[in-house]
Amino acid sequence: MTASRTETMTLPQSQADLLPKEGITSVELGEDGHTVLTVEREHLVDVLRSLKETPGLDCDFLADICGVDYPQRDTRFDVVYHLGSLEHGHRFRVKVPVAEDDATLPSAYGIWKAADWFEREAYDMFGIRFDGHPDLKRILTHEAFHGHALRKDYVPSQRWLLTEENLMTPKWATEKRANDDHMDTQVLNLGPSHPATHGTLRTIARLDGEYITEAECEIGYLHRCFEKMCETHGWQQVIPYTDRLNYCSSMINGVGYALTVENLIGIEAPPRAQAIRVILSEFSRIMDHAVCLGANLVDLGALTNFWYFFQIREEIYGLLESCAGGRLTVSYARIGGLEHDVPLDFEEHVRSLLASIPKFINDVDKLVTTNKIFRDRTENVGTISAEDALAWGWTGPCLRASGIPYDVRKAHPYLGYDQYDFDVPIATTGDTYARYLVRMEEMRQSLHIIEQAIDTLPPGPVITDDHHVALPPKEKVYTEMESLIWHFKLIFDGIKVPPGEAYGFTEGANGELGYYIVSDGTGRPYRIKVRPPCFAIYQAFPHMLEGTLIPDAIAILGSLNIIAGELDR
Amino acid sequence: MRQPDGSSTFLTTRVETMLRWVRKNSLWPLPFGTACCAIEFMSVVSSHYDLARFGAEVVRFSPRQADLMIVAGTITDKMAPALKRIYDQMAEPKYVISMGACACTGGFYRAYHVVQGIDELIPVDVYVPGCPPTPEALMHGILKLQEMIQNGETHHDRLKNRNDDAAAIAG
Repeated sequence: MTASRTETMTLPQSQADLLPKEGITSVELGEDGHTVLTVEREHLVDVLRSLKETPGLDCDFLADICGVDYPQRDTRFDVVYHLGSLEHGHRFRVKVPVAEDDATLPSAYGIWKAADWFEREAYDMFGIRFDGHPDLKRILTHEAFHGHALRKDYVPSQRWLLTEENLMTPKWATEKRANDDHMDTQVLNLGPSHPATHGTLRTIARLDGEYITEAECEIGYLHRCFEKMCETHGWQQVIPYTDRLNYCSSMINGVGYALTVENLIGIEAPPRAQAIRVILSEFSRIMDHAVCLGANLVDLGALTNFWYFFQIREEIYGLLESCAGGRLTVSYARIGGLEHDVPLDFEEHVRSLLASIPKFINDVDKLVTTNKIFRDRTENVGTISAEDALAWGWTGPCLRASGIPYDVRKAHPYLGYDQYDFDVPIATTGDTYARYLVRMEEMRQSLHIIEQAIDTLPPGPVITDDHHVALPPKEKVYTEMESLIWHFKLIFDGIKVPPGEAYGFTEGANGELGYYIVSDGTGRPYRIKVRPPCFAIYQAFPHMLEGTLIPDAIAILGSLNIIAGELDR
Repeated sequence: MRQPDGSSTFLTTRVETMLRWVRKNSLWPLPFGTACCAIEFMSVVSSHYDLARFGAEVVRFSPRQADLMIVAGTITDKMAPALKRIYDQMAEPKYVISMGACACTGGFYRAYHVVQGIDELIPVDVYVPGCPPTPEALMHGILKLQEMIQNGETHHDRLKNRNDDAAAIAG
């Protein structure tokens, strides 16, 4: 991570004076550039509200809420809020300590709607209650689950079985209701296994005729306990798990994680590794958009485009496979760089992809962009205003389709993105069609970035020579005593990340992908919280559905690109 | 069979063998895709790998219309009742391929919310390892299943034989 990035996030002194005087017990500057506030519970709402509403602070974006468990402390839990201002670029981390026997906080839902599902998750995982939350109940685990899984005293493999008798149905869905014409309304259950729900999403909707009057989403059908698994593995071993978050663009996840840990350790990957990370991340972004648009078009009945887009994926798989060995889940990034260098024909391969991919994009563009059926199905469907999108915590292409040009690559450059020339495409209407247009243009911009990165690809090593982090080369291990010792130490103890915490965020294919990492200095992460972009986007979905038709619901869902692995983790 | 010179010849076989031959060449898969493996399944049915070459490309999302369930992805405890119910809704004869490490054993998620292999819930005919398996591996699994169907080695055949034996003993 470049130094400039931390500077862009740090709060200038003139604005630090604007912080509320009451309720804040400490103000520090975190190593990751966040201003860290510790706040008393009684004043939490006032502090949060003034952070949002004081001119000059303007924290309009709530990135994440999560809990951290410290069993040996009197106040056992920390609830951690990550906020930021898109206008000024500064970032806050607000921490509130709470005791176990009185783990209740006021809800932030009244300030940012984005707090909705994040608070439910903190309740599910730690048992922290939020007063004033509209519907505080479990979100990721199932109804027959006991205990709170991310507490340190919860055994990672302790399962609870769910039977069909105690399946979730919302209360409102079981009552009988009539509409104005005295006809019964009916309840439709969509998912969790349904071709149009892309995996494991479930929506329960009340229908009046063909119109949806009320809806609720149930998630967690792919909750694979990512965060608990991280706590039971070494730092480097977490990378394969990150691949399976957003499995459509796994490279981006691994890079985001590696960058955050590198920030904690205080090292930087060599320039060649950074450039290769950029190239493969951008290819992953293209792949992700291709599958999103392809699947969205299939749901609307335009099957052919799916084959065109999947061909893009197949060609990029070829490149990833030649570099990393895996097609989909690459596990290529490492803390400190990359697993190994790219193959000799890498440059040639990249250039041939740069030449072939635009054809597929253009083919779809010609077939779809001005197609009357497609436009009728998507224009003015699922419209969300810029204010609403931001209030729900949206980021990425979906936010940009509503007109807010927030892109982490531009706002807080990392991996040298500030060296590359590219545009951040935005649309203004915020509907399904706008989201399609933004993604199409982003694919072209990604190609443009790759073109520049491959032209300037520097030679050199691809992993740091800090042997606290990376193994020495094998030939040295066999010939030099010191290298042998480093090798032995690193294999047995693993990487030791110094105690501390950091929130690192990158531009994932769906938006801001954040990792909040706490280290206690041992060979394993103490806590890793992922801020998945889908999670914030999907919580607005039931509200967007009210008043729409069922077929529109399918079109909207496809355009949001909800990836279950990232949503449920 | 009509010969080029206009004469006819006969093939003799058993009804059972004939049925198996028909069944193995028109598998209708129901993709129960939940996670990463489902993306690789998409590759298998897309133009590049083209599952149609093996007569198993008619993907059906309704369990009533399918006879091969491909479980592609992690099954969690929350999803388990849905998987069981959909399997129960499929008509006999039905076959199951467990695609990927998660469906086979829970994979590297030895965790509080993950089913440690779908054979906790439903019988499995072919296990395809990999995380995710390559498209070639899944196609190998499908070919393997076809072979098992032809030889009468699937779970469906074993169950049928057992029931036939029990009926014979009961007399």
